[in-house]
Amino acid sequence: MNGKIPTEDSPAEARSPAVVRSPSVVCSSNVVRFRDLQIEMAHGAGGKASRRLVEGLFAPLLCPGSHEPLNDAARVEMNGITIAFTTDSFVVKPLRFPGGSIGELAVNGTMNDLAVSGARASAMVVTFVLEEGLPTTILEAEVRAMSEALQRAGVTMAGGDTKVVERGKADGMYITTAGIGSPLPGVKVDARSVRPGDKVLLSGPIGDHGITILLARGELDLEADLYSDTRSVLPLVEALAAECSPGIRWMRDPTRGGLATSLNELARDCGLGIELHEEEIPIHDAVRGACELLGLDPLHIANEGQFIVIVSAEYADAALNALHQTPGGEEAMIIGQVKEEPANAVLVTTRYGGTRIVDMLVGDPLPRIC
Amino acid sequence: MRFVDEFRDPELITRASEEIRRLADPARHYRIMEVCGGHTHAIYRFGLKDILPSNIELIHGPGCPVCVLPMGRIDDGLAIARDPNTIFVAFGDMMRVPGAHGSPFEHKARGIDVRIVYSPADALELARKNPEKEVIFFAIGFETTAPSTALTIMSARAHDIRNFSVFCNHVTIVPAIRAILDSPDMRLDGFIGPGHVSTVIGCRPYEWIARNEGKPVVTSGFEPLDLLQSIVMLLRQLHAGEARVENQYKRAVPWEGNRAALKAMAEVFELRPYFEWRGLGFISQSALRLREKYAGWDAEQRYSVPETRVADPKSAQCGEVLKGVLKPAQCKLFGKECTPEHPIGALMVSSEGSCAAYYNYEYRKSLVTRIDLATSSVA
Repeated sequence: MNGKIPTEDSPAEARSPAVVRSPSVVCSSNVVRFRDLQIEMAHGAGGKASRRLVEGLFAPLLCPGSHEPLNDAARVEMNGITIAFTTDSFVVKPLRFPGGSIGELAVNGTMNDLAVSGARASAMVVTFVLEEGLPTTILEAEVRAMSEALQRAGVTMAGGDTKVVERGKADGMYITTAGIGSPLPGVKVDARSVRPGDKVLLSGPIGDHGITILLARGELDLEADLYSDTRSVLPLVEALAAECSPGIRWMRDPTRGGLATSLNELARDCGLGIELHEEEIPIHDAVRGACELLGLDPLHIANEGQFIVIVSAEYADAALNALHQTPGGEEAMIIGQVKEEPANAVLVTTRYGGTRIVDMLVGDPLPRIC
Repeated sequence: MRFVDEFRDPELITRASEEIRRLADPARHYRIMEVCGGHTHAIYRFGLKDILPSNIELIHGPGCPVCVLPMGRIDDGLAIARDPNTIFVAFGDMMRVPGAHGSPFEHKARGIDVRIVYSPADALELARKNPEKEVIFFAIGFETTAPSTALTIMSARAHDIRNFSVFCNHVTIVPAIRAILDSPDMRLDGFIGPGHVSTVIGCRPYEWIARNEGKPVVTSGFEPLDLLQSIVMLLRQLHAGEARVENQYKRAVPWEGNRAALKAMAEVFELRPYFEWRGLGFISQSALRLREKYAGWDAEQRYSVPETRVADPKSAQCGEVLKGVLKPAQCKLFGKECTPEHPIGALMVSSEGSCAAYYNYEYRKSLVTRIDLATSSVA
C-alpha cells in the first residue's frame, strides 16, 4: 500500500455477509480521525503510522464516499474505458546503490504499482525536485537510468515538470512519477475476492533492496554481496495472467513495510487470516545474516522487484509454474495460504511447530542493539 | 547460515521438546524465569510456547534495559539536548521510547538534532567530525553494552575530545535478580540466565542464586535449540533435587567472563548508591556512573540535569508483570490504552519487553484460541 487514493469503482464481487470488513479501511465520510500532532518519519515508512495518515486524513477528505480498499493503483472510468492510474515519489538516500539507482526505481516503482493492480503501464509523467548544487553528471546519469528502464518496458514518458530547491532542502534530488495503464484482460485484483484455501505466492527472495540500502548508507560497518532487486515485475505478472488469470485474486508489491505489512493489509481488507510457512519464504543468506545481526525481521524489510499474488488453490501449481518458466521468477515459492483464522492477522508457522503473529511494521525498522 | 541453522534444526528441536515432556513431572507446575529480554523476544518469535508442555510456565524477567529505564531519565537526557548546539545520540532501541514530553523521534521532528548510532564509538566519531557541536551519548544497557561505552570514554580521554559526553544509564543485572527474588509474591523454580550479559560477567555472579536461594541457573543462548536445551538442563537439576549454575551458551560465554571488558568497566564506572528501575522501584547499587576521573565526559556533571521524576499511571501494572505475578494480558491497560505504538508502561516500550513481545507475536493468536475454546465449549 503506497497510500494511493482509491476511486469509486463497482465492487467486483460481494463478500459473504459473514465476513465483516474492518471499518477503518473504509473512508465513507469526511471525518478526520488522524490525531498525531506532527509528522514523523514513521508516517512515511509504509507501516501502521502511514496507514493511519492515509485512512484518517487523506482518504476521508480527498475521496469521501469511497468504499474501496486502498490499492496500489486506482481504477478510473473515462468515456467508458477503464484505466489504471497511480503515482509514487522516490526520496532514496544514497541516490545510487548496488543494483540500481533512484532513476531506475522511479520508473520501475510506478510500473510495478500498475502491474500488481493488473495493468500494463502505457505512459508516465515525471516531476524532478532538484537541489541547488547537484552536479549535472549525477542528474544525467539518473535520467539515463530512467530512459533505459522506460525503453526496456516499452513505456512512453509523456511529460514532466522540474523544480529546484535551495541547497540543503533535498538530498540531491527527489523524483515523482505518475503512470497510467490499461487493465490486463481477465485479471481482477480485489482483496474482497480472497477466499479461505487460496494460496500465497511470492515471486522471489525478500529483503534484498532494504538491506542493500541500509548497508549502502555506510552507517553500519557491515558489507555483503547484495544488490537491490529493483526491476519491472510486469513480465512475471503477464506470464501469470496468460496462464491463470481466473485464479488471480489479489496482488501487491511489498515495498516499504515489507511482506508482513502488505499481508496484514490484505488480512484486514479481506477479514481473513494469512498463514505463512517460514521455511518456504525465500530469503538470501546475506539478508538473513544482516537481519539476525541487527535484530530486524526480514518480513518487514522493503523490496522493489518482488510481488505477492493470492491465487485460488486449483490454479496455484499453474501459477507457480508460470513464474518458474519466466526469467526472474525462478525463485518463486508458494509460501502459505489463506485461512478463516486468525481473522485480520498474519500467522507464521515454523518447521518445528512454533507459531507467531507478525504485525505490520511499526515506525521505521530500527536495529536493536541491547 | 552457520551458527543459526544448526540451532533451528527441526529434528533436534523435536527431540529436545520430547525430552522436556519426558522430564517434566505432569503432577508439577514449573515456573522458570528467563531473565533476559532477548530470550523473551526469542521465545515469542520462535513460538516456543507452542512446543512446551503446558505445565512449564515461562516468566519474563527484568532484563530489558529499555523497559526498566524510568521515563524521567529520557526527559532529562532530552532536556539537555534542547540546546541548539547539541547532538543527542542513542541506539535505535531508544528512539521510540516516550518520555513525558515525547520520544527522541518526536523531539527530532520538533527540530532537535537526534541521531542513531550502532556503537558508542560512532558517537565519538560524530564529536570528532563536529568540533563546534556538543555530542551527548545516551548510554543504556546492562553489562552487555557498558564495556563499549567505557572504552569509548577512555578513547575520548586519550584523544582529549572534549565536546563528547555520556548520559549514563547503564545498569547491572544481579541486583535486579536479587530484587525479584526478594519480592514476597515471587515463586520461581529456576532461571534461564542471561546470555549476552554473561559474555561479559561470566557465570560466577549467579552462584549465590543456586547456593543461597536453592534455584538452578542455566546461562543460555538465544536460538530455539539453546533455550530448549537450557530448559532440559534446568529440569534435570530440578529432577535430581540440585541447584547449580550451568553454562549452556559455552560457545559465547566464558565461565569467568571477559576480563578485558570487565577491566574497562572498572576503570571508567563505579556503582551508584541507588537507581530507580521502572516497574521495580529504587534498587541500591544497581547502576553505573562515571568515576570522578572521567567527570569531564559525564553529561550529568557537565550539564544541569532537571532530575525529572515521572510516575507511571497507577492503572499500569508493570511491576506485577515484571515480577511474573501477572501475565501481560492480565494488566488492565494491555492492548487497550497500552500498545506498542502508544506504550504507557515500560514493558510495552521495547520489542524485548514482555508486553510488547506478547502483543506482537502472541496476543491475537490467543484471542483466536479463546474464541476457539468458547465455540467448542458451546458445541
